[in-house]
Order: sequence, then C-alpha cells, then structure tokens
Amino acid sequence: MLSISAFFVGLLFGFGLILSGMTDPAKVIGFLDLAGAWNPTLAFVMGGAIVVGSAGFALAKKRQRSVLGAPMQLPKATQLDKRLLLGSLAFGVGWGIAGFCPGPAIVSAAAGQPKAWLFVAAMLAGMALYSFIESRGK
Amino acid sequence: MNPSDVMPIGDYLSGLAGGLLIGSAAALLILLNGRIAGISGILGGLLQAEKGDKMWRALFVLGLLTAPFIYRFAFGLPAVTIDAGTVELIIAGLLVGLGTRYASGCTSGHGVCGISRGSIRSLAATLTFMAAGFITVYLTRHVLGL
Repeated sequence: MLSISAFFVGLLFGFGLILSGMTDPAKVIGFLDLAGAWNPTLAFVMGGAIVVGSAGFALAKKRQRSVLGAPMQLPKATQLDKRLLLGSLAFGVGWGIAGFCPGPAIVSAAAGQPKAWLFVAAMLAGMALYSFIESRGK
Repeated sequence: MNPSDVMPIGDYLSGLAGGLLIGSAAALLILLNGRIAGISGILGGLLQAEKGDKMWRALFVLGLLTAPFIYRFAFGLPAVTIDAGTVELIIAGLLVGLGTRYASGCTSGHGVCGISRGSIRSLAATLTFMAAGFITVYLTRHVLGL
C-alpha cells in the first residue's frame, strides 16, 4: 500500500514539476539571473507549493502515525552545521551552472533530454561518492 | 509587441498551479506515508548500501519517471532550453549530487517540505543554495560571459 501511494505521489510531483515549468533550466536560470531578464516563475512555484505544504505538515504534526499506519518520520535535526551550509553552497553552485536540481533533472531525463541524462549520471555519481565517503568513515 | 513577451502571465499561472501540485504531493507523502518528499533524500536512500526501506523510494522515483510520458500524451511536453555544455553538466551534476547529500536536502526537501514545516535549518539551507545560485549565475553570465 505504501508503495502504491508512493508511486502516485511521485507521479503527481512529476506533473507539478512539468506544469510549473521547472523542468526548463532556462526558467530556473532566469530566476537566478537577478542582473539579467529576471523571471520570477520559480517564486510562484515555491509559493504555491509552500501554501499547500504548510497545511499538510500542520495536519501531519498532530499525528503519531500516517493515514496508512506508517510511522511519521519528521526530521529531528536542528543544528546549522558545516555539512548543511557547505553542502547547500555546493548544491547552489551546481544548480546555477546547469539550472537543474534533482527532481526536474530526473523528469527531464525521462522526457528524453540527452543533456539531462548526462546531468543525472553525474548527480548519481556524486550521491554514490557521498555514500562511499560516509561508509568509509564508519 | 505581444503583452506576453513583456509579462509572461501564463508562465506565472502555470508556475503557481504546478507549485500547488508539488505542495499537494509533499502533503500527501507525509500524510499517507509519513515521509518527506525530498528528491535527493529519496534517491540517495536508494544508493545506500543498507538494505530495506527501498521499495517506496523506487516506486516514488518510478512515478516521477512516468510523469512525462503521461503528460506528453495528454497535453504535450513544454519546450525546454538547456544551455549548459557537456563539461558544465558533469561538474554541475557532481556538485548537486554531493551537495544535496551533505546538506540532507535539495529544493524539494528543504525548499518546499522544510520551509512548510517551519524548519529553521531548512530555511538556512534554502537561503544558502539560493544565494549560491544567484552568485554563480551572476559570475557565469555577467562576469565570465559563458
């Protein structure tokens, strides 16, 4: 049941990414390009998502278990550490270079964009590298 | 000149509508599955050596991958412009992969879910990657002229 709901939620998320225009790196870079022809679309996407998301999380916080009976796994970390800030910095640089973040890149790759395949391959390599480095430290 | 060339109202409206769908997906995943809809975290969990907990992640990603096929059939896919070249795509991909894992989140996990649940940590992450994105695009477009 949790797998079925995950599939349909992933599908809905993907539709949202395509409809919002965020699978187009030119729109994302247009938002990040404050000194150029600024395109505020991304702010509308984030705004719309956060309005609905806030309602969802407000309901979720009142529950011990999910509607389907799974444990509520809300993140507990609160510290602003080096990993969070340097990781976000690296992510932002990569985001600014290509105009892709993980969700839109995956959807664009499935839509048949060869450049997105390359980006996703490099992104998965970066994620695997993280797992490798972290597992070595244990 | 067409008014939509000056103010792409259609872009803003579809952005808002798409954002509402993304927010609904984030709300549904926490309410139904008790999970955060963070794409980098969901993908990263699939690449960890530890077993278990992989089925819902795989199915969520399958949903993401299926979306453009259905969307194309129903409405046609919007045109996209990817300016980055091969080397840029590889460097950017590595930075996004490594960075989002170290930061425990990306635009969806921190930017949408984290801010929605009032997390200061996610707000700090979002402000950091946005600032890094603004500076990077300023440098590449207006200083280096790439």
